Amino acid sequence: MPATRKPTLAFFDFASCEGCQIEFTNFGDAATLELLSHVDIVEFREAMTETTDQRIDFALIEGSYTREEDRARLAEIRKRARVVIAYGACASTGGINALKNHQDDFADYVYGDDATMSHLRSGTARPISAAIEVDYEVLGCPMSKEELLNVISNLLHGTRYFAPTYPVCVQCKRRETICRYDEGDHCMGQVARAGCGAPCPADGVPCEACRGFVEDANLPALEKVLVERAGFSQKRAVGKSRMFTANLRS
Amino acid sequence: MSQTINIDVHHLTRVEGHGNILINVADGVIEQCEWQVPEAPRFFEAMVRGRHYSEVARITSRICGICSIGHSLASVKATEVALGIEVTPQTRKLRTLLKHAENFDSHVLHVYVLVAPDLLGAQSAFALLPTHAEVVARALRLKRLAHEWGSLIGGRTTHPTTVLPGGFSKVPTVAELTAMRDKLAAAVPDLEATLETIAALAPAIPAFDRPTEYMAVSSDEEYGLYDGHIQTILPDGDRARYEVADYRSCTNEYVSEKSTAKYAKNRLDSYAAGALARFNVNYDSLHPEAKKVAESLGIQPICTNPYFNSVAQVVEIVHSAHEGLRLFDELIAEGVTEEPLVQPTRFASGASAVEVPRGILFHEYSYDEEGLCTEANCIIPTGQNHANIQADFDALLPELLAAGKSEDEMRLAFEMLVRAYDPCISCSTHYLDVEFVR
Repeated sequence: MPATRKPTLAFFDFASCEGCQIEFTNFGDAATLELLSHVDIVEFREAMTETTDQRIDFALIEGSYTREEDRARLAEIRKRARVVIAYGACASTGGINALKNHQDDFADYVYGDDATMSHLRSGTARPISAAIEVDYEVLGCPMSKEELLNVISNLLHGTRYFAPTYPVCVQCKRRETICRYDEGDHCMGQVARAGCGAPCPADGVPCEACRGFVEDANLPALEKVLVERAGFSQKRAVGKSRMFTANLRS
Repeated sequence: MSQTINIDVHHLTRVEGHGNILINVADGVIEQCEWQVPEAPRFFEAMVRGRHYSEVARITSRICGICSIGHSLASVKATEVALGIEVTPQTRKLRTLLKHAENFDSHVLHVYVLVAPDLLGAQSAFALLPTHAEVVARALRLKRLAHEWGSLIGGRTTHPTTVLPGGFSKVPTVAELTAMRDKLAAAVPDLEATLETIAALAPAIPAFDRPTEYMAVSSDEEYGLYDGHIQTILPDGDRARYEVADYRSCTNEYVSEKSTAKYAKNRLDSYAAGALARFNVNYDSLHPEAKKVAESLGIQPICTNPYFNSVAQVVEIVHSAHEGLRLFDELIAEGVTEEPLVQPTRFASGASAVEVPRGILFHEYSYDEEGLCTEANCIIPTGQNHANIQADFDALLPELLAAGKSEDEMRLAFEMLVRAYDPCISCSTHYLDVEFVR
């Protein structure tokens, strides 16, 4: 053990694709080795066998809380960790997993007559904050890896990171991206929380609000715009607004 | 020998997703030997019902963060069959190049971060930093290179943005392709160092043979990754060909009490998918440089040691690097044009097969007249491998018992076996725990 202990970082995962963990491997050698000079990674099941019984400074949690047995695991992580960071849409809002929260036949559809097997029980997909207190949420699907570094960097400096609260349209304007509506497409940037840098419209595809809605998002107006400007049926407009945000609206 | 063994590995480490290994031997009698998959199911097939065809690939991409490019490609291909869309040659070429980026990316991660620590006697790549800093730095460099390569074409590597039914929303410029090609060419020294690392570690790979059926995408044009028909080969070299539309007749899925993931079987009780299966099925189509590497690493078809899947991955890293360079050169020479998306000509059903790093992946959808999805089915390679992993377990345990291995040696042997398959459990579901009872 070095004389002055580096803060410790641990990764945990629940119902998810583990893509946010993978993003963590995409920084390259310079950024990753720099980060490792400031923190010690003590648990990361996907990448290491070591575990710790010491107190964890920063616990990074990926994935949704979908089963009752998850609650005990989450409570135990909360007890061990000084700071809990839910990262990625699944952990911060329920994300894409919540699409099934509006269905009551999803298990029958996938598993047929076997759907009643006890080990296939997986209930409503909820954010981590539905089970334990969460200190930070890094939004997005996948999360913005730069934003995660920003959160950790602020923690190391004893300051706090604040994610933008304005809509994605602001970041499109800054990038000078031509609006999807002007291209004859549709978009949800008007009501989507920014902070990602608006990569999707810049790549020629609509924003689907993977970071969730801005506060007081006007959803009736969104539906109206999707119907009137993009030519959607009312049903498709409602479905669209539930893509990553099924937990955030009725 | 009257051994008593208890292995209980709960949430195996260094695999993608959650799995358990449970082994119980009482007085030399095997009572339990199980690969279990307790991952929380996420029900993607149900979630895409009612979604517009333009959204389906962006949802099914989220099945897996490691192979999200492969899922996106399988999804748009199945949708294109269902909608009667024929994409342009440029789109096919760019997608093939994107597929190579994904295989290169995922294999680098698996070989260096998940497998190498076992062969070096370490618990993780982080633990290797003090002793093998250059190996770790090289791995991170190669991983970053693959991320940039895939992002140039797909927008990003985790849940690509530009991959759409009918083509691409955005294509790279020739200048961008040229810069990326030069970066890839410059990585050759790192690749050669990789081969030296693996060659030095190869003696640590366990000797174990269990012949099985091997299934992979295969085509006359290339080592089947992006496109082709279904081909399987038995240990005696007997080959069988199936059309992608008939994929259900060779996957034959069923639910097992042991697993939240379905099991699959074809001509035998189980079959293998993945790098080793592709190597065994498509060896003749490998790039000459990759064949050279295979020879130097001592792997040849038909290889029936499942631990050699990691060696086959190294062969594929070299194959994708060289095929990638070839495709970059062709695109740079031909030029790249912005093409409009090809529009649907019908609304019906369609299936596709794509090779993702972990093996053959099937997607199938049906659409109504509004272009909304009415039915979906996805069969994931790791799900197809579960039954085969269990069959390996059943063959491996008696061998280890007969050899008088200790509990710790056995635990490592089982963990390494599962890791060799590079399982991607959140795709299907998560993985096993190993338990030894003493």
